[in-house]
Formats: sequence, C-alpha cells, structure tokens
Amino acid sequence: MDFRVTEDQEALREGLRTFCDGRVPIETLRELEQKPELDRALWGELAEMGVFALRLPEDEGGVGLGMSDAAIAFIELGRRLVPGPLVWSQLAAGLVDGAATGQTVVGGLDLISHPDAPYVIEYFESLDVVLLLQPDGIYRVDPDVLSAKPVATPLDPLTPVHHVASLLDGQRIGGADDAAKLHLEGATLTAALMLGIAESTQELATEYAKSREQFGRAIAGFQTIKHILADMFVRQEVARAAVYAAGATLDDPEVGDVVRAVSAAKATAGEGAMRNSRDCIQVHGGMGYTWEVPAHYYLKRTWVLENVFGTVGYHEERIADLLASD
Amino acid sequence: MDLRYSDADEKFRKELRAWLEDTVPGHGTPPPYSDWDARRTYDTGWQRKLFDAGYAGINWPKEYGGRDASLTEQLVYYEEIARAKAPYIGVNFVGMLHGGPTVITEGTDAQKSAHIPRILKGEEVWCQGFSEPVAGSDLAALQCRADLDGDHYVVTGHKIWTSFAQCADFCELLVRTDPNVAKHGGISWLIMPMDLDGIDIRPLPTLMGEGEFSEVFLESVRIPVANRVGAENDGWRVTNVTLRFERGTAFASEMYHLQEILAGMVDLAKRLTRDDANAWEDRTLRREVGHLAAQLDALWAMVKLSVSETAKTGMPGVGGSAIKLFYSGVYQQIGELGMRLLGRAALSREDLDDLPCQQSIGRAMQSLSLTIAAGTSQIQRNIIGERILGLPKDQKPAAAAAPKPQATGAR
Ligand SMILES: Cc1cc2nc3c(=O)[nH]c(=O)nc-3n(C[C@H](O)[C@H](O)[C@H](O)COP(=O)(O)OP(=O)(O)OC[C@H]3O[C@@H](n4cnc5c(N)ncnc54)[C@H](O)[C@@H]3O)c2cc1C
Repeated sequence: MDFRVTEDQEALREGLRTFCDGRVPIETLRELEQKPELDRALWGELAEMGVFALRLPEDEGGVGLGMSDAAIAFIELGRRLVPGPLVWSQLAAGLVDGAATGQTVVGGLDLISHPDAPYVIEYFESLDVVLLLQPDGIYRVDPDVLSAKPVATPLDPLTPVHHVASLLDGQRIGGADDAAKLHLEGATLTAALMLGIAESTQELATEYAKSREQFGRAIAGFQTIKHILADMFVRQEVARAAVYAAGATLDDPEVGDVVRAVSAAKATAGEGAMRNSRDCIQVHGGMGYTWEVPAHYYLKRTWVLENVFGTVGYHEERIADLLASD
Repeated sequence: MDLRYSDADEKFRKELRAWLEDTVPGHGTPPPYSDWDARRTYDTGWQRKLFDAGYAGINWPKEYGGRDASLTEQLVYYEEIARAKAPYIGVNFVGMLHGGPTVITEGTDAQKSAHIPRILKGEEVWCQGFSEPVAGSDLAALQCRADLDGDHYVVTGHKIWTSFAQCADFCELLVRTDPNVAKHGGISWLIMPMDLDGIDIRPLPTLMGEGEFSEVFLESVRIPVANRVGAENDGWRVTNVTLRFERGTAFASEMYHLQEILAGMVDLAKRLTRDDANAWEDRTLRREVGHLAAQLDALWAMVKLSVSETAKTGMPGVGGSAIKLFYSGVYQQIGELGMRLLGRAALSREDLDDLPCQQSIGRAMQSLSLTIAAGTSQIQRNIIGERILGLPKDQKPAAAAAPKPQATGAR
C-alpha cells in the first residue's frame, strides 16, 4: 500500500494546473459569463490535454489511466471552475464517438439519483449528444428532438441551462449495470470537482484574511477567523482522503466496497465544497457579497454539482442502506 | 494511490487474526472502572500476552524488544485489534505510547534498561504528570519546582488530571529547574517513582464519577538526578518528543473501532420501535448514520494517507492535528447519536430492557474528553492555522516580558 499521489499523478496535476492558470484565469471566466455557448476552442484544448480521453484504453486512442488519475485531473478543473459538461463528456469517451477528442460535446441527465421533474440540462445549447442515465440503462438522445427552453437567468453565471418539458427514451446504448457503473464514475469525478472547490475557497479565504486589515491588524490574526480557516482546511483534507479512496477503490475494487467509497467521497466532498464556499464568502465580509469577488462563483457551481450524481443526502442514505444490509 | 496491502501485510494479518481469535475470549471482560487493582491486572495481563506472542510494542525498535513492524503492518494491527474487540491498552497507555518511546529516544542506557523491558512486559505502569492547575493548554507555564540538592532534585508542586496515577509505578514529570529564564527554557523531564515520600495522590472523579485521573501533590519529593531524561532545562524539547509520540498513532485503533460502534447502533435501531414504527424507517436517522459512516471512512483514509507519507518521507503528512480535530468531533457526534437512540432509557445508567444504557452513556460522556485532552480542539485549530496555513500568531499579551510563543504543549 502506498496511498500517496504518485509522481506521474503529480506531473498530471502540475500540467493541468499550469494550463488552467494560463488559460482559464478569472478574467476569462468573467468573459464567459452568461454566454449560452460553450467555448469550443477551450474545449478542444482540454481534449488535447487528454481530459476526456484520460481513462480510455490506449488501443482505443486514449491515455489509458485510471479513476484515481482522473480524480487528480478533475480536482484541478474544479479549482479553476473550468466550465462545460466535463464529467459527462469524460464518461462518454468510448461510448459516444468523438467525445474523447472533444469533437462531440456530450451532456446528460442523471435520472438515477435525480428522477424528478423539472428536468434541467446544463450547456444544452452546445450539446451534440444527451445521455440519459436511467436505473435500467443508458440512453442516447439527439438534443434536436427534445423541446428545451433556455433559462434566462441560470444560478451559476458560468453554467447555462435549459428546461426540458418532457423526456424521450432515445436509443439504449447500455444496460442497468453500465448505468450503475457510469453513475459511480460520474459521482467520483463530480466529487473531485467539488474537492477542487473546497481547496480553492480555503486558499482564497486564507489569502484574503492575511491581507485584509481591521482594528490595525490582519483579520487572520483574529482567532475566530483563524478557526474558520482551520476548519475549512480540515474539510478539504477529509474530502481529499475520501476522493482519493474512491478513485483507488474503483481502480482496484478488491480493496474495499466501491459503492460505499464513492458515496463517502460525494458526501464528504459535497459538504466540504458547500461549507467552504459559504465560509469563503463570510471571511470576505461585504466584499464576499459582491459580484466582483469570485467567491460567489464557487458557491453557485457547488449547487450545480450538488444536484448531479446524488446529493449529500442521497449518498448518506445509500451508505446507511449498505450498513443495514451487512 | 494504491490501497492494496502487500502479501506480507496480509500474512501478518492472518497470523494476528488467528492469535486474537484464540486469545481475546480467554481474557474475560474488563473489570469495573472503580477497581484500580483489577484494572491494572487486566490491562497488564493483556500486555504480557501481547509480549509473549511478539505483538507488544508493534512500532518499537527491535533492539528494545519491539516488533518494529512496517507502517502498513501497524495499520493492519490497529484494524485487527479493533475488529477482534481486543482489550484496550488501558493503564499501559502512557508507558507504551509516549513515556517508553521518549526514554528510548532521549534516555540514558541505564534508564532504558531499567524501564523499557518492564514496560513492554506489562510489569511497569506509567502516568503523565505534565498538567498543573495553572498550566493546561499553556503547558510551558508550569510551576512545579525542582531544586538541586546534591545528586537529588527536591520537588514541590501540584499536578492535576494525572491519568492512572493511582496505579502507576512511575511518572513522566515536568518540573521547573530554572525559574529565572523564559518559560520554555527552564523545564526538565524527570522519571519519578510513585512510591517516594511526599507524594500525595487525591483522586479527582470524572464527570461520570469514575476514577480516571487524580491530583498529585508533591512536597519535597527527592528524585535522583540520574532520573532526568535529557539535559537540565532542555525539558521542553524532550516534552515535544513525548507529545509527538502521544499524538502519533495513539488513537488509530480507536478510530477504526468507531466503525464497529456505528454498526452496532444500526443493529440497535433496527430492533427499536419509535413513534409506532421501526426506528430505522426514520430517514433523518439513516442520513445521520450515513453521514457519520462517510466521515469515518474518510478518517481512516486520512490515516492511511498520513501513514503512507510517513513511510516514504519519514515525515508525518499534513498533520496529526487535522486528524485529531476531526476524529474527536466525529466521536462526539457518534456518542450523541447513541444517547438519542436510547430515548428515555438514557435517564438510566443501568441497562433497561436490553438497551445498552451503560455503554452508550459511558461512550457519549467519555467522548467529551477527546476535544480537551491531548490538546484541545481550539489549540489544534491554532496549530493548523499557524503552522499549516501560515496565519499570524495570536496577539501576545502586552505585559509579558519573556517571549510567549503559542502554547502547543497540551496533551
Ligand atoms: C480525560 C483527561 C485525561 C487527562 N490526562 C492527563 C494526564 O494524564 N496528564 C496530564 O498531564 N494532563 C492530563 N490531562 C489534562 C489535559 O491535557 C488538559 O486538560 C488540557 O491540556 C487543557 O488544559 P486545561 O484543562 O487547563 O484547559 P484550559 O487550557 O484552561 O482551557 C480552557 C478552555 O480555553 C480554551 N483555550 C485555552 N487556551 C486557548 C487559546 N490559546 N486559544 C483558544 N482557546 C484557548 C481551551 O480550548 C478550552 O476550551 C487530561 C485531561 C483529560 C480531560
């Protein structure tokens, strides 16, 4: 056992961090605000970085890595609030032609853990394929045949959404087991994005607390602020351990219970992202309540991610059911 | 990011599990908390069995009789000890987990040969005399006075919350050997035999009314200078060695054990009736249990991550403080859940109608000590804030002449 991040993973992390720093700085995000269309150029570059093909076997043109590697990559994307249907498109690599290369943009609806209307689809305008995840299988739907209305004011200014009045079955491209597997992988990747949010909100708040002065000193010296920041750090580390464990367990299912590991990851990362982004706003004071400070983007993205591949409550119940059946 | 134990680890697990299955049932049930003699016999008896089987001092160096197991074998050990519901380390806590290791690291050859083998075999019990009424979180403010008189220190002072004082043979004692220097500079670390003249042990009942710790009054107690560990006035450095051991893997088995405790609560809920329905039908309860289980899984993964980092770099990972802070909080939530499951039976400390009142109440109340002992949660947050996040230190009191670094020395 060596649970540490490997050197290769460290390199993957560094590569993506450098890419995101250069390509998706906060100014770029602001330009993308309220745009209904995905930035296709960015999408292509993400594909070139291997973000979508990461787990596709090499003989199918992929990078041939595992879920723990993908988690490392998605933590970075989450840290920088990289927009787009990242999770669905990676899940679709190997399942939908062109998803791995970024030519086909794939979105979806997870009806396993969010079965009820209203049906809201992220990035609908830009999607070439919509996947529906049902308990009995995976369905592929042509977006053109769905009657979807754009939502004028999405919660997350970086996540445009459409409201779909009714769903169609589409073409069945996978069975119940495939759907369950995709759901686990989707939950893990989403948890990784949320861990990224938990991390960067902690860092943003820490940085601000060190520089903002009141009463003649940095607010970070006030113990109440220090302790909020320490708790944010703990939440981030708890989520990190759980997300790494989910990745490692999906890669080597013999080391634990896959469902339980994934649910623990989505539940703890969900809590970490939600509470840290809320605390991040609090530490920023009045500025935290403005559009100018990016804290609000993180909280809003957290709500987007909380409501896909199972809420915190969904995963908590799932773990409880597992415990009760032991 | 590999979570798979090696074949050697699994072989170790198999042997240990077999031994535990053979040995644990024969050791009987723990005696009541109030009976110190019986507790000592029970706990040291178990230590002796561990020793005879080669499992004592799992992380101690071989030359001191330990097993020197790899860090992953240690993880296996903690998992199996918890799984087998083996006896708690109990009165051996101080000697095995920090007193002994401190002597190994800092002691003289004579000190080592006098104490290490006996601690390991369960023949010698230690207690910890660090805290004083005026020196808890701010441990370095301790006042217990030691004056040199020939080859002895004459020690006078007042220690408090000294766990196991009533049954201990020796005490790791912090004293002030120089009152005229800044507070961290004048401290020494002594091994005090508990049978010396001038030691008055007064039990201090816990909030459960139980014997756990005592106040220890020292009046002109003559302790040989040869019993000093480390140089005179270098005790603060030695103390930090002790604290590092104490905060290391000391709670690992307990952490893993929480999984079993939570599973037991699920079993209990499934046979309870609440509001005319099975208690487990309550979605709020199920979510709470799931929430706690997720946190426990994450906690154990944190331990594994930290152990992996320690194994490869020799340095512990992001910190015992984060793990300890998180663990103690989760434990308290589990304790509280156990209380709520009892309903009105929680009014009784004796078991009623097959409900585990004694155990659940004991656990809930005991959990309250975890955010206090070994460095309070507030102190842990200070450590995380200042040492990991690099935040400015707390404001120093204006009047303090000597530099007053952050108190970190609480246990
Ligand atoms: C079960 C148990 C067993 C123990 N066993 C031993 C033992 O064997 N040997 C031994 O020597 N000691 C022992 N202790 C003592 C323990 O180490 C101290 O209780 C602990 O360090 C806290 O010190 P205190 O009780 O003086 O609390 P205080 O330091 O007075 O703290 C009171 C409150 O103030 C807060 N506080 C203090 N300083 C700060 C600060 N800088 N910033 C923010 N908040 C602060 C604390 O968090 C706490 O909430 C034991 C304690 C318990 C509960």
